[in-house]
Amino acid sequence: MISVKNLSKTFAKEVAVDDLSFDMQPGDVVAFLGPNGAGKSTTMKMLTGFLRPTSGEIRINDLSYASSSLKIKQSIGYLPEGAPAYAEMTPFQFLQFIAQIRGLKGKHKQDRIDQVIEQVELGSVLNRPIETLSKGFKRRVGLAQAIIHDPKILILDEPTDGLDPNQKYQVRQLIKNLAKDKVVIISTHILEEVSEVCNRVMIINQGKLKFDGSPDALLQLSPYHGAVSLHFSYRADASELEELEGVDYMTEDLATGKVTLFPKPGAQILHLVAAHAQRCKLPVDSLYVETGRLDEVFRQITQEQEK
Amino acid sequence: MSNIYFVFKREFASFFASPVAYVFIGIFLVLSAVFTFFVGGLYERGQADLLPFFNFHPWLYLFLVPAIAMRVWSEERKSGSIELLMTLPIRPWQITLAKYLAAWFVLGLCLVLTFPVWLSVNYLGQPDNGIILAAYIGSWLMSGAFLAIGVCMSALTKNQVVAFILSLVACFVFVVSGSNIVLDAFTSWAPTMVIDTVASFSFLTHFEAMAKGVIALNNVVYFLLVSVSWLFASLVVIEQKKAD
Repeated sequence: MISVKNLSKTFAKEVAVDDLSFDMQPGDVVAFLGPNGAGKSTTMKMLTGFLRPTSGEIRINDLSYASSSLKIKQSIGYLPEGAPAYAEMTPFQFLQFIAQIRGLKGKHKQDRIDQVIEQVELGSVLNRPIETLSKGFKRRVGLAQAIIHDPKILILDEPTDGLDPNQKYQVRQLIKNLAKDKVVIISTHILEEVSEVCNRVMIINQGKLKFDGSPDALLQLSPYHGAVSLHFSYRADASELEELEGVDYMTEDLATGKVTLFPKPGAQILHLVAAHAQRCKLPVDSLYVETGRLDEVFRQITQEQEK
Repeated sequence: MSNIYFVFKREFASFFASPVAYVFIGIFLVLSAVFTFFVGGLYERGQADLLPFFNFHPWLYLFLVPAIAMRVWSEERKSGSIELLMTLPIRPWQITLAKYLAAWFVLGLCLVLTFPVWLSVNYLGQPDNGIILAAYIGSWLMSGAFLAIGVCMSALTKNQVVAFILSLVACFVFVVSGSNIVLDAFTSWAPTMVIDTVASFSFLTHFEAMAKGVIALNNVVYFLLVSVSWLFASLVVIEQKKAD
C-alpha cells in the first residue's frame, strides 16, 4: 500500500532524511520513534505530499505524487505536528470545511461529521472558536479532521502530545479501533504507547532507519529481556544464584535489595531460579520475569552512533 | 471548481470573523470621503463627476491593500495550517486563486459601499453613470493588481509586518514609475522610448484613462497581466517557502 524507496531529503546542506526504504501493508500500525530532529516529521511530510523528496520514490496505492497527487491525498488523513487549525473557526465550521474539500456531500457528509464528533467527543465545544479551546480539544479537532473521510492511510504526528492520561487513553483506543484494514503511522516520544497501540516500530535516528520490526522484537534487544528479578524480605546470600546453569551474570541493587539475573542468550531461567529459591529457602517476597526495557533499547539504538 | 468556492468562502468569512474587514472597510470609506471632498474638492469643481474620487484610489490602495493582503499567506504559514491545507486534495493554484478572490471581493465590497458618493453627485447634477460604472470597474481591476503584489509578498515571509512593508514598497514602485517625480529623472537624458517604457509600467498611467471612464483593452489587459503574473510568482514562492 505504501512503498518507499531510497527516500532522502536535504534542507540547505543538512540531511534530514537519509535513504529510507520501507513497505507498509493494510493492518500495519506503525510507530515512528526517534529523538527530536531525527527526521520523523520530515518523513511524514513527504508521505503526505507536503514536501517533495530530494531523491527517492514514494508510491502509495501504486500511484506517485508526480502523476496523481490529488488521488493520493484523498486517501490519506493527516494530523500535522501541533494540530494546526483555523483559530477563528468553530470545530463545527472547521469540520464542515474539511468535509467539503474532501468531497463529502449531503447526508453522507452530515453523518460523517456527526460520527467523528462523537468519536473524539467534541460535542461540548462545537460552537466555540478553536482558539479558545484547550490543548486537548485542539488535538481532538485535528484528529477529527484527519479521520472525517475514513481514509485508508492515517498519518498522525504526535497525536497524544499534550493530552492528559485519560485523553491519551481515549486517543489510543480510537486509533486501535480505526486501525483495522488501514495503515496507521504515528510518531511519538512515548514508549509505552508503542507496545500498546502499534504492531510495528521504526526507529529513525539522524534520518536513517535504525530498527524496523515488531515491538516484541524491539524488547528482545534489551538485555533485560527474559531476566529474572527477585526481592528478598530481608538480606540473604544470593550469590549461589549466579552459579545456576543458564545465568550469565547477576546484578544486585544494594539500595533496594533487588537482585536481577541475566540469562545467557536463548536460555530460560525462571524455573531454575524458582526451584533454587525454594530449595535453599531464600526469603523471596517477589519474583518476576522482566519483559525488557524500551527506554534502554531506545537509548542504545539512538545513541550508539554518536559515540 | 467547487474546491475553489469552498476555500473562497472560508477565506472571505475569515475576514469577517475578526475585526480586520470591518476596520479596513471603515477606514477605506472614511479616507475616500476625506480625499474626495476635502483634498479633491468635489464641490468646488462644480462638475457632476467622480474624477476627484477615483483619482485618489491608487494612493489609497497603496496603503490599504497591503494591509489586507499581508495576512493571506503569512498567517497560514505562521500557524502551520498551511500544512493542513496543502495536504488536502486541492491544487495549490486553486488555493492561491481562492485566497486572492476572497480578498479581492472584500475590496469590491469596499467600492460598493462608497455608493453614497455616487448618490451625492446624482443628487447634485446629472453625471454620466456609464462613465462612473466604468471607472468603478477600472478601480476594482487596479486594486486586484495591488492585491496580487501583496499576496506574493505575503508568501515570502511569516511575519505580517514585513509582508506589509515589502508590498508597500513594491506597490509604491509600480505607482510612482509613472509620476513626474520619477519621469523627471529620466527626461533630461533618456530617449523617449525609455521614458515611455518606464511610464507604461505605472498603475497611474493605466488608471488615468479608466478614472475618466474609458475602458481601453490595453489597460484592462495590463492590470490582468500584472495580477496573473504576481499570483503566479506567489505560487512559485509558496511552493518553495511552505515548509520553512
